[in-house]
Order: sequence, then C-alpha cells, then structure tokens
Amino acid sequence: MAKVFIYPSTSLILSDMVARYGHTPLSSAVAIRERIQTAGFESPPLQITPEEPKKGLKWAAVEVPSGVRGRMALYGPMIEACEAAIIINDADFAFGCMGCARTNELITFLVRQKNIPKLDLFYPKSEEEGVRFVAAIKRFLAGLGGSK
Amino acid sequence: MTPPVRIAQLSCGPEYSGVQHEINTAAKEVNGEIFYPDIALKDVQHDFDIFGLDVRSPDLRLAIARAKALVEGRVEADAVFIATCFRCAEGAIVRNELRHYIHENSKLPVVSYSFTERTTSGTLLTRMEALTTIARRRALLARETQQGITLGLDSGSATTKAVVMKDNKIIGTGWQPTIEVLKSAQEVISHALGEAGIQRDDVQAVGTTGYGRFLVGKEIGADLIQEELTVNSKGAVFLADRQHGPATVIDIGGMDNKAISVMDGIPGTFTMGGICAGASGRFLEMTAKRLGVEITELGPLAMKGFAGRVPMNSYCIVFGTQSLVNALATGSTREDVAAAACHSVAEQVFEQQLQEVDIKEPVLMVGGTSLIEGLVFAMGELLQTKIVVPPYSQYIGAVGSALLASGFIKDD
Repeated sequence: MAKVFIYPSTSLILSDMVARYGHTPLSSAVAIRERIQTAGFESPPLQITPEEPKKGLKWAAVEVPSGVRGRMALYGPMIEACEAAIIINDADFAFGCMGCARTNELITFLVRQKNIPKLDLFYPKSEEEGVRFVAAIKRFLAGLGGSK
Repeated sequence: MTPPVRIAQLSCGPEYSGVQHEINTAAKEVNGEIFYPDIALKDVQHDFDIFGLDVRSPDLRLAIARAKALVEGRVEADAVFIATCFRCAEGAIVRNELRHYIHENSKLPVVSYSFTERTTSGTLLTRMEALTTIARRRALLARETQQGITLGLDSGSATTKAVVMKDNKIIGTGWQPTIEVLKSAQEVISHALGEAGIQRDDVQAVGTTGYGRFLVGKEIGADLIQEELTVNSKGAVFLADRQHGPATVIDIGGMDNKAISVMDGIPGTFTMGGICAGASGRFLEMTAKRLGVEITELGPLAMKGFAGRVPMNSYCIVFGTQSLVNALATGSTREDVAAAACHSVAEQVFEQQLQEVDIKEPVLMVGGTSLIEGLVFAMGELLQTKIVVPPYSQYIGAVGSALLASGFIKDD
C-alpha cells in the first residue's frame, strides 16, 4: 500500500481509482458539480483561516500571493508525505480542477522533484486515448503493490 | 426590513487566503449579501473563450464567465465586488479588465480589491458601504440641488470640516485638525453656524461622512450617515458644476486616497487606499515641517522648483523623508525638494490607484491637499490634462453631506 498524491488533487475519479487498488489517495477530492455556486472551483469544505497562508510560507515565500500559500498549507504536507504520485496535465474541469494556476505549477514542480514512482499523463482527448489513459493508471497503481 | 443589497463576488483566492469570512462580514455590516453567480460548468469554457483573455487559472476563468453572465443579464445583482490576491499579476490583469468590462457594459457599481491574508472586514467596510449606498440610494444620489438649511460634517482622519448650506449656497464653514473626534466636530459646527448666523435649531437636516461619521452622526443626531466615496463624488460634481456626464474625482487624504470614476454624480468604479503613507497628505505635511513652512505655503514653494532635480523615493514615508533630508544636505533648494515631494505623491497615486479606475475628463481634485498647487500641477503633468479644483474643495465631504442631507428635510 502506498500513499499516492494525485493531481488534480480534487479529482474524485482519480482518488477513487487509487483507493480501489488498495492505496491511500492524498487528495482533497470534491465533486465538481454541473453548476458552480461556490466562490471557486474547489472551494474548501472547511473555512481556511488567515493562519494557513502563514503556514504556507514553508513552501512559498511571502511575496507569493496569499491564495497560493493558503493552498500550499493544505497540499504541501501531502506532497511531503506521498510515496507515489499521479499527475494529469490539462485535465477537463469536470475531471478535477484546482483554481489557481500558480499553485498548480508549484505543486507539480515539487512532486516531479521527488524521487518516487510517478505517472505523468495528459488528459485524453479521444476515446482511444481514454482507454490507454485508464490502462496506464491501472498499470501504475498495480505496480505499486497492494491488493485490487 | 430592507432586503439586503445583493453583491456578486467575482474572485480568485479569497477562501484559501482565509479572508472570505472578512468579505462576508463587511457586506453584512452594511446590509449587503455576498453571492457567487450560479453558472453552469459547460458555460465557463464557452464564455471564457468568447471573452478572449487567455488566463491559466480556472478560478479567473470562472470569474470571467460570471462577469459575462452579469453583463448579459443571465444573473441578477445589485453590485459587483471583484477580488484577487495581492501580487498576482494574472489576477491583477483580470481584475482590471473585468472592472472595465462591467463598467462599460452595465450600470452595476463595481469595486475591485487585491487582498492579502491580513485584509480585515474593517478595511473593506467603506468600499462595501459605498457599493450598497449606490445600489440602494440612487434616487438620493441623483439630487442636484440643496434645499432649506442643512449642515454637513466631514470627520476626517486628519481634519474635521463643517459647512452650513442654505438654498443651494454655502453660508458658513468650519475647519480644524481632528484631535478629539467629538470635540473637534462640535467646534467646527459652532464655527460654521456662527459664520452663517444660524442657530442649531434652525438646521433642518444634518449629514455626516468621514472616518468619524458613525460616532459623530450618532452624537449629533444626523439624518444621513454616509461613507465618503459617494458623498465626496456628489460634493465634487456639485461644486465644480459638472453634475452631468462623466468625471473623475481624486481625493488625496490624510490617511488614504480615493479615486472615483463618476457618471452623473454617481460613482461607477472607485478605489480607495494607498500602499503607504508616502502617497498621502501626511507625507506632504512632514515635508512642509522639514522645510520649515506651513502646509499652505508648500504648494507655492513647489511651483518655484523643479522636481526632476531631486531624486525622491517616498514609497515609504520613512525613506521618503530620508531622501528629502539627503537632498537638502547635498545642496538641493527647498523649492526643488517641495516640488519633488509633490511629484512623488502624485506619481504614486497615479501608479497605484489611478490605474484602477477609468480616467475621464474633467478630472476634479478635492480635499485639503487639492489646495497644494504643486501637487495639483504634478498630477496634471502625469495625467496630461488640466485638473479642476472646485471652490471650497477642502470642504468637499461636508458639502456633499449637506447637499444629500437636504433629501431628508421633512415637509411641514
């Protein structure tokens, strides 16, 4: 069993796949609904306080916008704890979406820096690519050990 | 109970900055209600593509789609609050473009703000109050003439001002530095009433504005207690006789600065605040003190100097003063130093705030600092326009209050 960080961290589908293979998803999975009625795409379920952007200083300097640092207070510890990672680039909003591009750049950079098993894929644009996409994720998760 | 003013929030980052609660609290305090325009996921990409500003952050794309929904009337709102993280370039571009887009294509009042995790509801209160005032009191703000006998009081951070108006004319004024808020208010009121030859009981309605508006308003039983953004706009176009059409109002205050884009006397977009005291009237006060002149003499002195001869960096009031001392120590003339101080303040307001509103002529400078002609000259140079300083410009808030208060005169 491995702790697997997923990006986009909000992806419910990806989080579910990781759990199905017996691993622990490190994520903040929230369902992206058809209608958006919250402030942002991945509005936090609990209220973030002004302390979070200060905790985020561990991963991003003070000149980095507070929204980035607030997010890093949540995702930074996950990145540190993860033993494997799946990164999906240019994912469809409905697959999983994180609101801040600058945070996304920092998160994917920090994950890629880690010497752990990683799967770095682009989101599929056709059915054929979709089949290969799912197969690649399954293969990666199975290769990490643990039970299906 | 009056239904709350519905304020649509277009934003990126306030929740993860921990300030969403502060935004909600500020809106609630002025009977406003923040809401997030309901939009279909499938519309986000579509609306964003049509808008044509290719930003990467999904929440900014969402803000763009929401702005389009508001402008096209798919979502109804009374006002718009646009907020992005301070120091985010992408956020700043979207914030400015959306503000401009909504201002040009709808009648919705808009305020934009860049926050940090230290933003509090207190910081946002005046902005939210102005938004709700514009949405709720359009009829009152449309008032163009003062009637009866009214008193207006502006309890500012640096000075307290009062005017007594009768039948659309100023007949008494009072002015003094703000020391004890209530005492200063009572004294300027007494002075204005004395100059007007009017008894307090003859006054038919009273309005207050400025930082001390609530405290003073409660104490003197004001009929109207209103923030300075809408009041100053009204006072400015009234005194400059520019009540119709567009105008831009610039008020460099003792503690903060206001830049307001006005249409028919009602603010459309506005910005308030300053990055540092180096961009405020306080810096000019300190400059005058260091040069050994009264603040009233600083303007004429600056007009005799040339700003370009003195390197001045007053982005911080401490370093600005240091530049000033260094310049004097190396032989710069007092005239050049005064001009450089005026130019520095004008430049900061130009760079930090005037980019956040649409500058449309006439540009009206108001408030006590508008009497410093060196500052007005510097601002005119930067904006490449002739700045209009209306008569009684230092009493702008008090005049706006007295004018609007006449809407509260009860018919006998």
